[in-house]
Amino acid sequence: MRELKDWTRADIEDWLYTEAALLDEWRLPEWRQLFTEDASYLVPNMAGDPYASPAATLYLIADDGHHLTERVKRLGKKTAHAEYPHSITHRTISNVRLLGIENGDLKVSCNFTTNRANSQSGVIDTYFGRQEYKFVQSTEGLLAREKRSILSIGALRPHGRLSIIL
Amino acid sequence: MISREAYTDPAVYRLEMDRIFSRCWLYVGHSTELGKPGDFKTRTLADRSLIFLKDRNGSFRCFLNVCPHRGAQVCRLREGNARSFNCIYHGWIFENTGKSLSIAEPETYSPNFGDGGRNDLVPVPRFEEYRGFWFVNFDHKASSLKEYLGGTCDYIDIIVDQAATEMHIVGNSQEYSARANWKLLAENSIDILHVEALHPTYLDLVATNSGGAMKRGKMQGKCIDLGNGHSVIERQATYGRPIAQWISLWGEEAKVEIDAIYARLVKQFGEERAIRMSRYARNLLIFPNLVINDIMSITVRSFQPKAADYMEVNVWALAPREEVGTPALERRLSNFLEFLGPGGFATPDDIEALESCQRAALSACEAPWNDLSKGFDPNGDDRIGDTKDELPQRAFWRGWQAQLLRTGT
Repeated sequence: MRELKDWTRADIEDWLYTEAALLDEWRLPEWRQLFTEDASYLVPNMAGDPYASPAATLYLIADDGHHLTERVKRLGKKTAHAEYPHSITHRTISNVRLLGIENGDLKVSCNFTTNRANSQSGVIDTYFGRQEYKFVQSTEGLLAREKRSILSIGALRPHGRLSIIL
Repeated sequence: MISREAYTDPAVYRLEMDRIFSRCWLYVGHSTELGKPGDFKTRTLADRSLIFLKDRNGSFRCFLNVCPHRGAQVCRLREGNARSFNCIYHGWIFENTGKSLSIAEPETYSPNFGDGGRNDLVPVPRFEEYRGFWFVNFDHKASSLKEYLGGTCDYIDIIVDQAATEMHIVGNSQEYSARANWKLLAENSIDILHVEALHPTYLDLVATNSGGAMKRGKMQGKCIDLGNGHSVIERQATYGRPIAQWISLWGEEAKVEIDAIYARLVKQFGEERAIRMSRYARNLLIFPNLVINDIMSITVRSFQPKAADYMEVNVWALAPREEVGTPALERRLSNFLEFLGPGGFATPDDIEALESCQRAALSACEAPWNDLSKGFDPNGDDRIGDTKDELPQRAFWRGWQAQLLRTGT
């Protein structure tokens, strides 16, 4: 079996592009399979330390595995009104860097730009920033056990919401 | 009935900025946001750029963020700690008490230039506090804050008193917006009727978290017109509350903690008030643009109109100081994020609904009226109603109308 240290940047880029495609295509249950059961998905507040603990400070999103699963379920429902009908999204990933193995996790950083077009309002919103992943090796391949999306926009204005998964 | 043009007409918006936002008490910040002398936050209220700070002597102050010389903002940071503010334009310097420290080339001015404090930073006309909540008023002649808050004080008390130590703001505010008129968010913040239709995905999550124990049915509670456009809805909570209603998701250990909190409240305030504090939730609207919702978590929300069809929203989490470093704060913040904020399981759908109302309000010519008559009794005084009545919205609009019709300066 491959070990964490065997993964190359090209492998990681493939993983990230697959992830982006699943999100863009709204194949969210499949997307969830790229993460460990107990994975966390974190979007820190734009002011303050992006690494402060979500147990001690207010985040925008701080899903543990349970809440991440529930978020995927929510976004699959027609009653997730903010995203039904689904907005059209395109995620662009770049500047991928492997930051090494730490405490059994392969740490990866990349830049992202996510454009969201809303069919109801006709508006287009752009989210951009940096994403940091912690990967672990499993029998199914590479799984993320943490995704931290650090937004570089000063505020969610005029976006007003973070109803998609970044 | 409300004319839908009230949400879209720029003339109405200008009148509101003049008669409501320039005359009513507006929330600027919480005392615990400023820890040390010199701490400051810049905020924008009613289009005015402000500095909210704790000066070198420990006094809270609020200034217009504008240089008395040529009008640049003297502080361009969102927050920080400073003993003085230096204007970047011509180098005028001010103490954080507002007092002028130096001006450019003072020898070239007449000797009495700056007398009477005219080179000092301009304080907001009125600046008062109630239980840690600081408000400003741009009308010199306004009644006192306490008088303005009136009946809302008891509800602020019932929230603040939940802390054994003090209530404080946790971290920074969530900053988002809505492409909608500000009054739509005021109406939405005190609306229980919409929850089942708009937020089923949140209710599904609550059902999962509580092992099916939290079921929605007829709610014990009421809504009250508190005067001056203020209102409250107080009712039995149908979700876990850190103070103090346990749910299975939090585990058995938490149950012991939560029982102890409840026992403390009973001892301190008596059983009746303790039940209200712990098992009841409340949505409190302080006219025009402050909402304190003590629901599954406590949120302080203020919204600033920027145009008839756009507002900026700031949201803070309020929590008892004694929860710092404990699982209680984690539960509270998790509860907060499940529902609230731009990434929550509910708030994005609220924003969607408000923006949908705003888009549709442009059809006012042929479809002119919003209906807010639910639960209205033509023979009553419309001061107290059932939780899902539209009485709080009527209270808001009565306050709105009274302000707009107020004559004089």
